[in-house]
Amino acid sequence: MARNSARVSMPAKAQKGEVIEIKTLIQHRMETGYRVDATGKNIPRDIVHRMRVFYAGEEVFAMDFTQGVAANPYVALALRAEQSGEFLFVWEDHDKTLATVRKTLTVVG
Amino acid sequence: MRAHETLLVALCLLPAFAHAEPLRSGSTFLSDNLRARQADDGANPAMLWVDEGRRLWREKRGLSDRACASCHGATASSMRDVATRYPLVDESGRLLNLEARINVCRTTKQQADALAYESEELLSLTAFIAYQSRGLPMRVATGGTAGPYLKRGEAFFNRRQGQLNLSCANCHVDHVGKRLRGDIISHGLGNGYPTYRIEWQSIGSLHRRLRACSFGVRAVRFDYGSQEYLELELYLAARANGVKVETPAIRR
Repeated sequence: MARNSARVSMPAKAQKGEVIEIKTLIQHRMETGYRVDATGKNIPRDIVHRMRVFYAGEEVFAMDFTQGVAANPYVALALRAEQSGEFLFVWEDHDKTLATVRKTLTVVG
Repeated sequence: MRAHETLLVALCLLPAFAHAEPLRSGSTFLSDNLRARQADDGANPAMLWVDEGRRLWREKRGLSDRACASCHGATASSMRDVATRYPLVDESGRLLNLEARINVCRTTKQQADALAYESEELLSLTAFIAYQSRGLPMRVATGGTAGPYLKRGEAFFNRRQGQLNLSCANCHVDHVGKRLRGDIISHGLGNGYPTYRIEWQSIGSLHRRLRACSFGVRAVRFDYGSQEYLELELYLAARANGVKVETPAIRR
């Protein structure tokens, strides 16, 4: 699948100190590299290699994917809301960025 | 045909679809985990295709240089409940499902090439449009011009076929709720399509699912958008009347 659209669901507002849940999805075929096509030729591995989350300029979460992860990976994470700021979600292949999503969190109280 | 005869025929057709209660949706046969995932837009992978459909809805195409949104509005709220009425018979007497209707619009109104069945674009647009009807009960027309198509769809559903010599009804009427290998047999309703199937690791159309069933009983697999599957789709939709649309659903 050529297109790697991504979506992030998270609250726009949170109380200071509150633990928020962030849900992420990226459209990706996660081809393992172990399969062959109809002519017996190897289908090259094509997976998301790393997902990174930045919060107010700081990297707060990273995760490496392997060929064992199913297509269209879903990742949910929990973070404590400390200050208002921008979230940046990045999905990477070895050599390129596949998708980015930006979200803003406003922390009150 | 005289009026009272028409009425008589109409009454004879009624009982098959006047279920005391709607049949159980396919989602009620899923695990709690999968059902929760379907209900959560943040976790339902099929929403990725709905997003893409929303983007395509606004994209200008064809010689007319018009987008779906140019005629139907930017938010697609004009499409609310549309999917509950498909498949239907159009003015020219043809039986159309949602995919076919989108392509009629593309070729005649947008003056663009028809989208290939099962292409990412057509799946995304279909999912986006059907998603506007989520939560609304199916209510396809079963009488009038739809009648003859429905009859043929019903005959297909009840006809034994393939090397295993099984009809749709042998599983989806006679053995609902029982196990077929790792899965539980449902009523075979199409109320969640296009649907994200775990086996496919992707979204797919009802016709793709029907082809998988045909393959399973080692029968002829009809083409995507074929008349046979369109008529069957109408019968399945009639069986689903009263059941809520769940697009974009998750199925095993």
